[in-house]
This record gives sequence, C-alpha cells and structure tokens, in this order.
Amino acid sequence: MSAAAPAAGGGARTPAGTGGSGIGLAGARPGFARGASHVFEFRARVYRRVWRGSVFSTFLSPVLFLAAMGIGLGGFVDQGNAITSLGGVSYAAFLAPGLLAAQGMQTATAESTWPIMGGFTWDRTFHGMFATPVSVGGIVFGHLAWLVARLTFVATAFFLVMLAFGYVASPWGVLGIGASVLTGLAFAAPVTAFSAGQKNDTAFSAINRFLITPLFLFSGTFFPIDQLPAILRPIAWVTPTYHGVALARGLSLGTIDPIGFAVHASVLTVYIVLGTAWALLAFRKALSK
Amino acid sequence: MTTAQPVDASNLPMADPPVDGGSPAVPAAGGNAPDTAVPAAAYLAVPAAGGAAPGVRAQGAAPSGEPSESLIRARALTKKFGQFTAVDGIEFDVAPGESFGFLGPNGAGKTSTMRMIGCVSPLTSGELSILGLNPATDGARIKARLGVVPQQDTLDMELTVRENLIIYGRYFDLSRRDAGRKADELLEFVQLSERANDAVEPLSGGMKRRLTIARALVNDPDLLLLDEPTTGLDPQARHLLWDRLYRLKQRGVTLVLTTHYMDEAEQLCDRLVIMDKARIVAEGSPRSLIEQYSTKEVLELRFPIGVQETLGSELDGLAERAEWLPDRVLLYADDGEAAAAVAHARGLRPEAVLVRRSSLEDVFLRLTGRSLIE
Repeated sequence: MSAAAPAAGGGARTPAGTGGSGIGLAGARPGFARGASHVFEFRARVYRRVWRGSVFSTFLSPVLFLAAMGIGLGGFVDQGNAITSLGGVSYAAFLAPGLLAAQGMQTATAESTWPIMGGFTWDRTFHGMFATPVSVGGIVFGHLAWLVARLTFVATAFFLVMLAFGYVASPWGVLGIGASVLTGLAFAAPVTAFSAGQKNDTAFSAINRFLITPLFLFSGTFFPIDQLPAILRPIAWVTPTYHGVALARGLSLGTIDPIGFAVHASVLTVYIVLGTAWALLAFRKALSK
Repeated sequence: MTTAQPVDASNLPMADPPVDGGSPAVPAAGGNAPDTAVPAAAYLAVPAAGGAAPGVRAQGAAPSGEPSESLIRARALTKKFGQFTAVDGIEFDVAPGESFGFLGPNGAGKTSTMRMIGCVSPLTSGELSILGLNPATDGARIKARLGVVPQQDTLDMELTVRENLIIYGRYFDLSRRDAGRKADELLEFVQLSERANDAVEPLSGGMKRRLTIARALVNDPDLLLLDEPTTGLDPQARHLLWDRLYRLKQRGVTLVLTTHYMDEAEQLCDRLVIMDKARIVAEGSPRSLIEQYSTKEVLELRFPIGVQETLGSELDGLAERAEWLPDRVLLYADDGEAAAAVAHARGLRPEAVLVRRSSLEDVFLRLTGRSLIE
C-alpha cells in the first residue's frame, strides 16, 4: 500500500466526478448517475449469489398459474359462453397478459420490502453507502434501476412462454413487457418508501395478505372487473394493478385504443413519480438524522 | 503486604518498529505540515518499555495555540434531536496528521459528533468545516476523502470478503481494476488475504472489524473516522487493530476516534477531549490531562473486611485527594510510596497496598463521575 499523501495534496485523489463543477448548485451532484450505477452493480452482485432462490417465485410460479388457471380452468371456462364476454379469445389468452402485469407487481413488492428494510436495520448496507460519495438519490435510483432490469428479465421470460403457447394475438403484445415493468415500478417506488421507515418485518406479511393478494385476485387479472359489485369497481380503477393489467391485456389482444393506452400509462406513471418522491424523502430521513 | 508498580499502558504499537525502515523521528506527514511533525515525533519517542519519559509526549502533543490549517474545525457545534440535545455547543480543532480522540461515557455525544463530521448528520447550529469544506453543501466532496469505521459494521453479508472491498471502491468511483487491486492490497494489510473469497457472516468479530477498517481505507482517505473501533474485541484483535491504525498514522493519515477504553486513548491519541453530557469537559494530551486533573501516583489501600468503615481521620493529610470506594481507598499523591510509609507509621495495616501511576482512567472517572449513567 502506497503511503498516503499529506492532507493538502488529497485533492489529487478526489474522484474525477466529484471535483470542481458541482459546487454552485446545491443538491446537484455530478456523481449522481454514477452513484446509482454503483448501487445497481451492488444489487447485481448480490443477485448473482442468490438468484437460485428467486427462480420459483418470480418465474415458475406465474407459469404454474398460467398452466393451472389458463389451461386447466380455462379449458372448462371456454366450453361455456365466456369466449364472447371475454371478447372472442380463449380464457388463457385473456389471463396470460394479466398474469404478466401482476407478476411485475409481485416481484417488485418482494424486492422492495425485506431487502430495503434489511439494508437499513440488518446489514445496514445503505448506511455504508451513504458514508461514501453515493447520495440518497444515487441509492434510490440505483435500486429502482436494478428493479427495471430485474422486472424486464422476468417479464421477458414470461412473455416468451406466452408466445410459445400462442397466447399473444397482436404484435403490440411485446410492449406488455413494458407494461409489466411499469406496474412493478408503480408498486416498487411507494413500497420502497414505506419499507425505509420500518424497524422490523411485521408489516410486510400484512402488505402481502391485505394488499398484494386482493389486488392480484380482484384487479381484472382473472376476470373482467365488470364482474365486481358496482361499489367495488371505483376502488379497482384507482389501483395500479388494474391499469397495468388492462394495459398489458389491451396490448396483447390488440384491443387497446390510444386514449386507453395514455390513461393506463399515466396512472402508473403518477404512482411511480409520487412513490419515488416519497422514497427520496424516506431514505433521507432514515439516513441523514 | 505487597507493593506493585504496574507497567505503563504503552505497550504494543511502539514495540513494533516501522517495517519500511523510516526513522521514527520523521513521520510521513512531515512533508507539508511542519507543526504536526513535532507531536508525531514526540509521540514516537516514548519508549516502549514505558515509564521513563512520559512528559515528552505531553509537551510535544499539545498543539501550540490555534492550528492555522485545521482539518476539522468546530465552533459552537450543536446537534438536537427534538427536545434532546446530543451535542451542546462544542468547539475543537484537529490538525493534519494528528490523532484526535473523543472520550466519554455512553450517551455523551461522541457518535453524534462523529456523524456530523462524516457528513451523514446535518448540524442543528454552529459551524463545522471539514478539509476546508462545508458539510452542508460539499458533503459528497468531503466524503470522497473520508474513511469511516462506524460503530456498527455495515458489511454486505451476501457478498464475499473481497467483493465487499471491491464494491466499496466502486462507490468511490474506482475502476473495477483499481478496486480489485486495492482490495487485494488491503486484505494483505489487515491480514485477511486467506479469507478473500469467503462469506462475511462466519468471520469472527475481530475479522469483521478489520474488514470494516480495510473498507474505510479503499479510497486512501486523508481523514479516518473511527467510532469505537475495538469495542467488543478480544485483546489480540485489539492489539492488531491498534498496530494497523498506528501504521496509518505514521503514513500521515489523520485519525479521529471515539472510545471509552482509556488504554486505547493513551495508545492512539496525540490529543483528546473528554465529553460528558453533550459538552467537552477537558482537553489535552493524555499526559497533560493526567498532570492537570490527577496526581503523579495513586496509592490504593485495601483493608480487611469491616476495617475501612471504622477509619476516621487516620488518612487525613496523606494525599491531595482521597476517594472512598466500597472496597478500597484511593489516595492521590505525587509520591505514593511516601504516603504509604506515613500510613504505615500511623499504625494502619491494610491488607493490600498498591502504588501505581495515575492513568487516564483516574482523570476520566474524576471528570465524568463514577456512577452509571443510564
């Protein structure tokens, strides 16, 4: 190890990205995006060690759902007059894009609960990052960027299965991958913010039980929300799951119109923007006391 | 009746001469900071055997007046959490190349101060300048030149030992290749090369702490912040860490540490402040603090059960100050042997007599009290 230079000469070793330019603008840190890329790298390195454990929950599980519900139950449903009420497609083709979007929700929520809370209280990883030039924004956006990569990966894998089974009716269907990623982020951002304020994991099973599971079942994934009691429909309309499922399905079946596309994508974007703003505040509060 | 003269606490780091052959009288920092060369050299001049010339350290280590170019400068520094005041208007300066310590009982405000210096905790009021920069506006630039060893490890349990260092280097914008090279170099330095590809979880506490210190060095920091670096470690691990920290100090790295181990403070600190209840209550080199707040020696008398309670004025005038503990009496005197002789002449027959040099612990307990703070 080389002898450390005396303090006055330390500027020479200041990383290039943090030197000079960023002084004037408060909060504008030159190394911002770079910080996020390092946090992304951290998550990728961790994932390289633990990916086996996530294969079932993120990939196999939706495929099993598709097989059981789409092919098993679907074969049953298609014998009735459901085909007309589903718009002339098989139940499996109706269900598959719904699962594609819902899978984004589930993957993103799982990745934004324990890993986030643990990063503050178990490993204290985020405290370690914040002791370096990596900023709060770098940590939050690095996490979200990692989720984009991860969601894209699982959605693409699932989409290929859909394609292989012939459940994709329209070439627009490939954008369903993007719909799944957006749906995931619409959950990841606010859930990340919530998790940053948790001291233990007791709230997370409640989130799964009382939020994620009902949303999975009643937001149009398995049946059109017209089937819901009229009083519950408005609730479905404000959930990101409903919009994500509608977006992915409209694209996959080729039935979406530009207005519907804009509405669904906008609602998801609002969730992402507000959730990210909340996450930035929550991380700052947790790290910078 | 036994009379013991315990060896002075200065034992390990000095006993290990610099490997790279540099004369101890020429510290690495000497290049651009002549005012710090003196305390560092004086500190090194203290003989390993202890006892002979402690005064050298005190004179040398005491900074002469206001340091002109402080690495850290705090004025009326205050931190409040709601109604609670964690740090109450403290002032201090740390010179380049210096080893500076915060001593104090739990809850005295040491960690809050360290977090403000580490730019992870905004100040409530007052002034703080680190490396000439303002933590409120230049946090990232300051952090780029800091190494931080937090009180609780922040190691990534899901990564290997080596990967922990590499990713930390990446946070400081090191290229992957440089981070890898740095990682190997630091694993060598903290003697963890053999565990490079192991998981972090099964490492012992001392190994984890060494890894944390290695991580804090990944950016070649100018200033190393250590919050209770050796708490909870066994003596072997502590001495190894002290040795490594001492080598860093020789290379000119400025060390700022908190501790509640007096021997650690005496080992590592050129200068220290004692904090109590959010304020600084004393400041100086370990030796000068002992001279100022205690006597040269302490005579400890332990009496047979029941005898201490019967004593009245027999001990009067023996020492500058007497402290009655439940199991013994401490007499603070410049000549402990003489005081013991007088006690003997007065007919006192204690079970055990111990004459020892005053330690920082005597100062600490005098200034912060003996009762538990909870």
